[in-house]
Amino acid sequence: MFVDFFYHLRGYGLKVTITEWLSLMKALAIGHSRADLHVFYNLARCLMVKREADFDNYDRAFASFFMGVENHFDISDELLEWLSKPELPRELTDEERAKLEALDLDELRERFKELLDEQKERHDGGNRWIGTGGMSPFGHGGEHPTGVRIGGAGGGRSAVQVATDRRFRNLRSDRILDTRQIGLALRRLRKLDKDEGPEELDIDETIDSSARNAGEIDLVFRPPKRNRIKLLLLIDVGGSMDPHTLLCERLFSAAHKANHFKKFEFKFFHNCVYENLYTDISRWKGEPTSRILKRLDHTWSVCLVGDAWMSPYELTHTGGAIDYYHTNQVTGLDWLRKFRDRCPNSIWLNPEPRRIWNAPTIHLIRQVFPMFELTIDGLTEGIDVLRGIRPNRALAA
Amino acid sequence: MSFHAFSGTDTYLASPELRDSVNVASALEKPLLVRGEPGTGKTVLAEAIAENLVMPLLTWNIKSTSKAQEGLYVYDTVQRLNDARFGDKDITDISQYIKYGPLGQSFLTDQRVVLLIDEIDKADMEFPNDLLHELDRMSFFVHETGKQHSAQFRPIVVITSNNEKELPDAFLRRCVFHYIAFPDKAEMEDIIRVHHPDVEAELLRQVLLRFYWLRDLPELRKKPSTSELIDWIAALRRGGVSTESIESELPFLGVLMKRENDLEAVMAAHRRGRVN
Repeated sequence: MFVDFFYHLRGYGLKVTITEWLSLMKALAIGHSRADLHVFYNLARCLMVKREADFDNYDRAFASFFMGVENHFDISDELLEWLSKPELPRELTDEERAKLEALDLDELRERFKELLDEQKERHDGGNRWIGTGGMSPFGHGGEHPTGVRIGGAGGGRSAVQVATDRRFRNLRSDRILDTRQIGLALRRLRKLDKDEGPEELDIDETIDSSARNAGEIDLVFRPPKRNRIKLLLLIDVGGSMDPHTLLCERLFSAAHKANHFKKFEFKFFHNCVYENLYTDISRWKGEPTSRILKRLDHTWSVCLVGDAWMSPYELTHTGGAIDYYHTNQVTGLDWLRKFRDRCPNSIWLNPEPRRIWNAPTIHLIRQVFPMFELTIDGLTEGIDVLRGIRPNRALAA
Repeated sequence: MSFHAFSGTDTYLASPELRDSVNVASALEKPLLVRGEPGTGKTVLAEAIAENLVMPLLTWNIKSTSKAQEGLYVYDTVQRLNDARFGDKDITDISQYIKYGPLGQSFLTDQRVVLLIDEIDKADMEFPNDLLHELDRMSFFVHETGKQHSAQFRPIVVITSNNEKELPDAFLRRCVFHYIAFPDKAEMEDIIRVHHPDVEAELLRQVLLRFYWLRDLPELRKKPSTSELIDWIAALRRGGVSTESIESELPFLGVLMKRENDLEAVMAAHRRGRVN
């Protein structure tokens, strides 16, 4: 039965591991369940669910598992049975087997039996912590000064009923990429190089040198090593990019927080790059694209983020810009080529999945920039291109 | 079986679930990871545990530059070099130049202590991974002296996180996790009365109604927190706003909402339908 619960949780997408599962068994055996489903609900959750975003899934799993059987489900019986005949969810890895052996199930079983016996003897009036009506801080109707009524918590509602409330629904986040994952991927974007600038004290070298110098201190300095990546991030905002706002925000905030670039700049555009790029999302404050291009050289990497999804004339015609009042003299595609010519080490990240990259404009842009999906794998591949360890190739025309 | 159970203190009211989580973490000797919105009492929890169980409290405040090694110990080479140079001290004993950090100290004490690792998500994202081994074994090795230090009394470790960064899975697996939920209306009333003891009942009722309505709006990026609510009440009272206009105008909204997008979203929602 217990093992079924493990499977059940995993079936609801909760990544429970054997190690966490064994921790739960141990906690139960040393008496933390107090034979109460409310307590078991919290105990299992705090040991096996480590993100509040998963709490809702846990509630659903818990409710569907215990619905109907809650009154027959005796945690003590189940646990005793499990401890006598420990059935494990699946083949164990060596590390997990070691954890299981370290647990010493026989000892746990003995301890748990003692605990149960004690509970029977001293029922309704001991100062141990399982019985009811005792002076322990736990259990029903206790008289401990700060004690709480546990089984009755929630106005006499059962643990399953509480779980069906789905109180954590708002904390769900079915996210694709989170900031941490993006940050980790960006971290790989470094090329170390000796840098000019103030020198740093080299402690190891100083000690060696001072020792050779018969204890007379000889300070050794060295130029610091710095990442020489310069990154310009260009993000498409508005229109068809709206569904991807959150994802782009995460990419942006991860890149912004990554303080390991030599230089980092960001600009926004709408649909395609034309003669102005913007420093704010609402595109009020602009800077001429030609001026930005002048600042750049081949040591810069440009990373464009957009769905590359537009009408062909927005890309290939002068005056084709999406904003009605805006007549561009140079086509969007030519602007993109200028970036590529200036900074060959550049990529395009597309938040749309590769399988729907069939718009004509996507095809055209892929002939200018190598394009990658804005997923963990796509981002990693793209970064490998920027680092120069993966060939930098656009589609053949 | 002697069992020290955490039960909250006079000033720190811990929910039954929180007590259970603390006690399980303490019994299994695993770190307790506490997460929750700002102002839900994550940091104070460690103080309450220390007070309740009568244990000393060691605090390690994490900054963006914190390194795992600093928590264990730092070898003060410069001091030793200096002493060697001016030669009025015996420098052969390296251990005098080993300065233990809060984590190292918590392993070395001769009684059980509470160790608070505050705001772990502020540090570099590899930081939690660097602590895995030490938190698992509760021991560490000092290379300079060649000594292994193991905790005689494994500390109760409380780690707080504001969720600024996602924490690594390997780290999460080793923790007991507790999420402190945002206070509900009744709890919030108690909190407000601590800060505004003489607040008018009707104002409080109106304000709480709007506040929780706001927090429920799905389009908000940043939900207003307890401290912002307290500021809002201060602003409303000082501005002498009538309770009726709180409903019709939502005055001083800038105190609650700091983002332009959020402000617009609230105003739009407010126009769509007045709350009751």
